[in-house]
Amino acid sequence: MGLSQAGAAMTPEALVAHASRLIPGASPLPAQLVRGQAVITVPREGILAALRALREDPDLSLNMLSDLSAVDYLGRTPRFEVVYQLNSLVWRHRLRVKVPVPEDDPTVPSATAIWRAADWAEREVYDLFGIVFAGHPDLRRILLYPEFVGHPLRKDYPVDRRHPLVPERDPIAQPWLPPREGR
Amino acid sequence: MRRAPGMMMPSRFEETDRGESEVLEIQMGPSHPASHGTIKFNLRLDGETIVDVDVEIGYLHRGFEKMCEQGTWNHCIPYADRLNYASPILNNVGFALAVETLAGIACPERAQYIRVIGGEISRITDHLTCLGMAASELGAISAGFYMLEAREFLYDLVEAITGARLTVTYCRLGGVVNDLPPDMRERTAAALGHTRRILDDCEKLLARNRIFIDRMAGVGAISQAAALDAGLTGPLLRATGVPYDVRKASPYLVYDRLDFEVPTGTNGDNLDRFNVRLAEIRQSMRIVDQALAQIPDGPILADEPRFVLPPKREVYGTIEGLMNHFKLVMEGPKIPPGEVYVCTEGGNGELGFYLVSDGSGRPYRVRVRPPCFYAMAALGDMLTGGMVADIITTFGQINMIGGECDR
Repeated sequence: MGLSQAGAAMTPEALVAHASRLIPGASPLPAQLVRGQAVITVPREGILAALRALREDPDLSLNMLSDLSAVDYLGRTPRFEVVYQLNSLVWRHRLRVKVPVPEDDPTVPSATAIWRAADWAEREVYDLFGIVFAGHPDLRRILLYPEFVGHPLRKDYPVDRRHPLVPERDPIAQPWLPPREGR
Repeated sequence: MRRAPGMMMPSRFEETDRGESEVLEIQMGPSHPASHGTIKFNLRLDGETIVDVDVEIGYLHRGFEKMCEQGTWNHCIPYADRLNYASPILNNVGFALAVETLAGIACPERAQYIRVIGGEISRITDHLTCLGMAASELGAISAGFYMLEAREFLYDLVEAITGARLTVTYCRLGGVVNDLPPDMRERTAAALGHTRRILDDCEKLLARNRIFIDRMAGVGAISQAAALDAGLTGPLLRATGVPYDVRKASPYLVYDRLDFEVPTGTNGDNLDRFNVRLAEIRQSMRIVDQALAQIPDGPILADEPRFVLPPKREVYGTIEGLMNHFKLVMEGPKIPPGEVYVCTEGGNGELGFYLVSDGSGRPYRVRVRPPCFYAMAALGDMLTGGMVADIITTFGQINMIGGECDR
């Protein structure tokens, strides 16, 4: 991989145009709304194929998943958006991929098979938004404790809700976790 | 026992056949005296070899992202200090840059230089904390305390610029709150001179120290491909040989006018991480020197009445200034609807802010991309197959900062 290759980064417009040709169903966002950054919206069904294509395409080479997060647009349909920040260390350009997720079925296919970085990031989105990543090897809460009720970054979660203290867990009766497969 | 090919000296303790062994489960932490940071390792051990490890974080979760949605954009700036408290100005700058990009404003040139100077001094304190701790955890207490001494000189400098050592709250939308002190050049020359001397001393103490190299070389190594796969950035990625630095890849502020190098390693082990950080301290000092030589005179806050608080003379002297102040404080700066992802090079790597505005004075969503969160996710793989005692060195080189990782 020619990682130190400099220059020849695509402009955001060219990037969006190229990605839209590559991915079926992809739609760009108004440049005004995203301040000129490269953003596309991809339907949920095609997200894994899209991420793979963006990673493998030689002109894009988006080889790093910088970040994975979500936004709760309460009152809008579909309610959630899962956001992938992709970064190309080869061409030094970035692309943001957004996936709308409906409220009644908050499920997205897991990207852990494509990037290892998606592992904890998806756990965090599950923890704080309640979005389930289908196919994730180890989907459990990460920042909050297992007894926590609700998903605090949802807009309908009151900021001042108190949680009762949970009884201490007995590590012998409840061992920490089963060993993960393939590690 | 796993030994990476970069290992410099053979171990004197070769593995012997011990016959049947039993896997032992041990919980290390969350409050372990040898780990700086509240974190729990759920370990499965075969003797002293780690068979499997589950890293548990979240003990310092304060709901940063939820808190940011409660106040105005300006209210988030003090919160941003508390992300990586070893280099608060860098977080401040990252957040302010992201909001400015969303608002479509730029800060004046002098403020940009001040941000670079403050940020690079913060980067040095961040690295010194990490390196000093790494040395003292391996028994090199003197090197550890020397580095903390250097950090004190730099904290004095940070205090002279911002008025506080850690909770600086220095940036504002469109600039910084105070100008540099008048004797900034002399103060910086003195503090950096001390730091250089101490770094030379520490390098003499550590660079050829058999114990130190034995404990660091070949330990906690990660390959270049695995590092990219795991989303590692900063010194951890550069130690594997990838020259990725946000300051070079997509220059922000005035970094394109400053001459500095991006140090890299080859093996991606703890020794390379240590050396990369050490070399980065020297590069940061070069940047500070150049920025102080280039810095122009001029305003330190942008002339943008829609987003920037008016000077106090106008607030108390004119009705327009008073109203503007009132609206900005009570309702917050009205950032036009939209979203941006802006990243800067933090102490530990790519520090990104993904901001969504709905046009009101409050953030709709603030997402932080903490560099050490992804490093912590890869920590399990770095530790598995190694020795229990190496947890401390590898964890130390990850430089996990609880405030940033758990938010």
